[in-house]
Amino acid sequence: MSTPVIRAEDVSKLYRLGEVGTGTIQHDINRWWHRIRGKEDPYAKVAAVNDRTRKEKKSSHDDYVWALKDVSFEVRQGDVLGIIGRNGAGKSTLLKLLSRVTSPSSGSIKIKGRIASLLEVGTGFHPELSGRENIFLNGAILGMRKQEIISRLDEIVDFSGCSAYLDTPVKRYSSGMYVRLAFAVAAYLEPEILIVDEVLAVGDAEFQKRCLSRMDKVSKLGKTVIFVSHNMSAMQSLCTSILRISNGEAGVKSRNVEQEINNYLHDCRTAQPSFPVELQDGMRILGLEIAPAIFPTGQSTMLTFEVELPIATTITDFAPVIYNHAGVRIGIMDGRNKLGLPRSFAPGRHCLQFNTGPVPLLPGDYVVGLYLRTLSAWVNHENLGDFQLTSETGMEITNYPAEHIGNLNMSYSAAIL
Amino acid sequence: MPPPGGNVAYPRAQQPHLSLQATGFCNRGRQRARSGYWPRRFIFLNYNMSQTTPELATAAEEEWDMVIRARSGWFNLHLQDLWHYRDLLSMFVWRDFVAVYKQTILGPIWFFIQPLLTTATFTIIFSGVAKLSTDGLPPLLFYLAGTTPWNYFATCLTKTSTTFKDNASLFGKVYFPRLITPLSVVISTLIQFVIQFALLGIALAWFIWQGRDIRPDYASIFLGTPVLILMLGCLGLGSGIIISSLTTKYRDLGFLVTFGVQLAMYATPVVYPLSIVPDKYRFWIELNPMTGIVEAFRALYLGAGTFSWLLLSYSALVTGVLLFLGIIVFNKVEKSFMDTV
Repeated sequence: MSTPVIRAEDVSKLYRLGEVGTGTIQHDINRWWHRIRGKEDPYAKVAAVNDRTRKEKKSSHDDYVWALKDVSFEVRQGDVLGIIGRNGAGKSTLLKLLSRVTSPSSGSIKIKGRIASLLEVGTGFHPELSGRENIFLNGAILGMRKQEIISRLDEIVDFSGCSAYLDTPVKRYSSGMYVRLAFAVAAYLEPEILIVDEVLAVGDAEFQKRCLSRMDKVSKLGKTVIFVSHNMSAMQSLCTSILRISNGEAGVKSRNVEQEINNYLHDCRTAQPSFPVELQDGMRILGLEIAPAIFPTGQSTMLTFEVELPIATTITDFAPVIYNHAGVRIGIMDGRNKLGLPRSFAPGRHCLQFNTGPVPLLPGDYVVGLYLRTLSAWVNHENLGDFQLTSETGMEITNYPAEHIGNLNMSYSAAIL
Repeated sequence: MPPPGGNVAYPRAQQPHLSLQATGFCNRGRQRARSGYWPRRFIFLNYNMSQTTPELATAAEEEWDMVIRARSGWFNLHLQDLWHYRDLLSMFVWRDFVAVYKQTILGPIWFFIQPLLTTATFTIIFSGVAKLSTDGLPPLLFYLAGTTPWNYFATCLTKTSTTFKDNASLFGKVYFPRLITPLSVVISTLIQFVIQFALLGIALAWFIWQGRDIRPDYASIFLGTPVLILMLGCLGLGSGIIISSLTTKYRDLGFLVTFGVQLAMYATPVVYPLSIVPDKYRFWIELNPMTGIVEAFRALYLGAGTFSWLLLSYSALVTGVLLFLGIIVFNKVEKSFMDTV
């Protein structure tokens, strides 16, 4: 059993919403007065749960929110912990606390080992300095010693693929080159604990793959990695455990990565196109369940639509449509064939289930829409849910960029004659 | 073929105890890791390779390198962190120096032009027009010897007073001891100081060569110069980081700094000697910790002015107190200023 390297105990972080100005000084004085008398922060007691969409505001105390509330977890040496959650759930706040950028409002975090955090690529890059000079500067900021950087300079330059531009000021770089150089520095950090925020969303597909495989390599060396991303397939292939945060509250750290990600995606889906979806004539779609929501390419999934009809209705067309990430229509499952439409449905709830059969699409995110037609109305809803196809073979080759590879997963063979 | 006596001479690369050396390094890594937070490379090797018994493992579990809490003591200054990040300090100093002159043709010559123009203006206005005394010294030398230390102090103060505000985007993304930033400012400003100082030296040599009666205190120059520079730097740093710490949330005080420093120059004997200050104001001018330093500076290089050990000791005391307070406040603020800056 490996030793714990991070232990967070009841970590909370209180934030005040709104602007700093004359209005806040009264609160500051009040808080200071409570503190010198050894009392609890008066605003911590009334602070609300962090929900960014919350609209109603009851009193001025509602300005205080818990960005994190009583988060406890433990990370063991060699773990790759993925933190997932919606925007504003508190993921980045947690990473900031771990990397000592700011301190918690209460609770404690115990850390064993040298931490390097990569909350942003190219932190501290100076636009006027050349690429080479910035490698040294950025490396030093991230905590590397000069000697370490010198010994890895060649690898860093190779990894970035910017050797021709090494003596040009980085302000002349394209944004992609900038990111490449910046990540290359970070990739050769050798801390015991590496904290990475969503920084891989930049750079071209080839470079993203390279970054991910580098992180994979780092974790194989027995380092601990804490990783925030919205790229669920990367999460699934890298992480050994998952911590989910929603509205500042952490779930239980789980080693069942696939299950946890599926649950998360499922919750996201039911939340995003907020069901029930109202259609014409009082018809409603109550939900769409996609199970499994993440599966390897070539496998099948089950789509279950739950529809509510206020009156007896004749449905003439019911066709789930698959779109790719760019919104291009990829395929359709025509319900007229398999469901025997048109057909009359009684008022009430109905479940219609489609088995996709083997999905021969390339790994990526796909959206499910629905074309529905009755005798009196029709609707074409473009986003009711989504699923993600993962690669079946792992990451041993680097894919061509997304725009070149199309959509279809060819089952091909080849030989040199 | 081993020589008799068993004293085997191995080439360096094949020394048999090489593996022992490696283990020694690991152990040292662990020991140092206990004392500080930084150098824990290779320590995971220790855990993987050694067969730790469960008792030992639980003992190790409680042995944390760092504990992050909501509040920490006032005197928990992490000064050893500062030492581990010394490479970063030198990188910052180098960056500050290099980046300023990128895309200029004259480069560091600009450092000469600014004090030259200032001194020329002072010479015309305060000596030529206002006819202020210069303690019998050539006005050019008198003003140069005043502005050189004053500029260093003022630049240190104004630049470090915006540490948190200016570096918020950097501080918000990565941790390093924040004190590195103001320290690097004080050191990189030293380069500017040295160039102005050279200018003073050239002017001094010129006037002595011309036969003017100027007697620098040669005996004390080598000891006095670093002491005075250190005091100037520490005084600027101390007051700068105090202001910087006090302006993270409410920036009002920041407005005071820019024109406050300009006004403070007139409360310091830069454009006039302390000797002509009327008695009723003298106490207030002497209360300014910069007075003692500037007068000592002039006494050291030009052999004129009112040097007094009392004034200089007072300046040293104030400098020490301000620096100490500054570091404490700065350390307190750096932990959570990101939330309010």
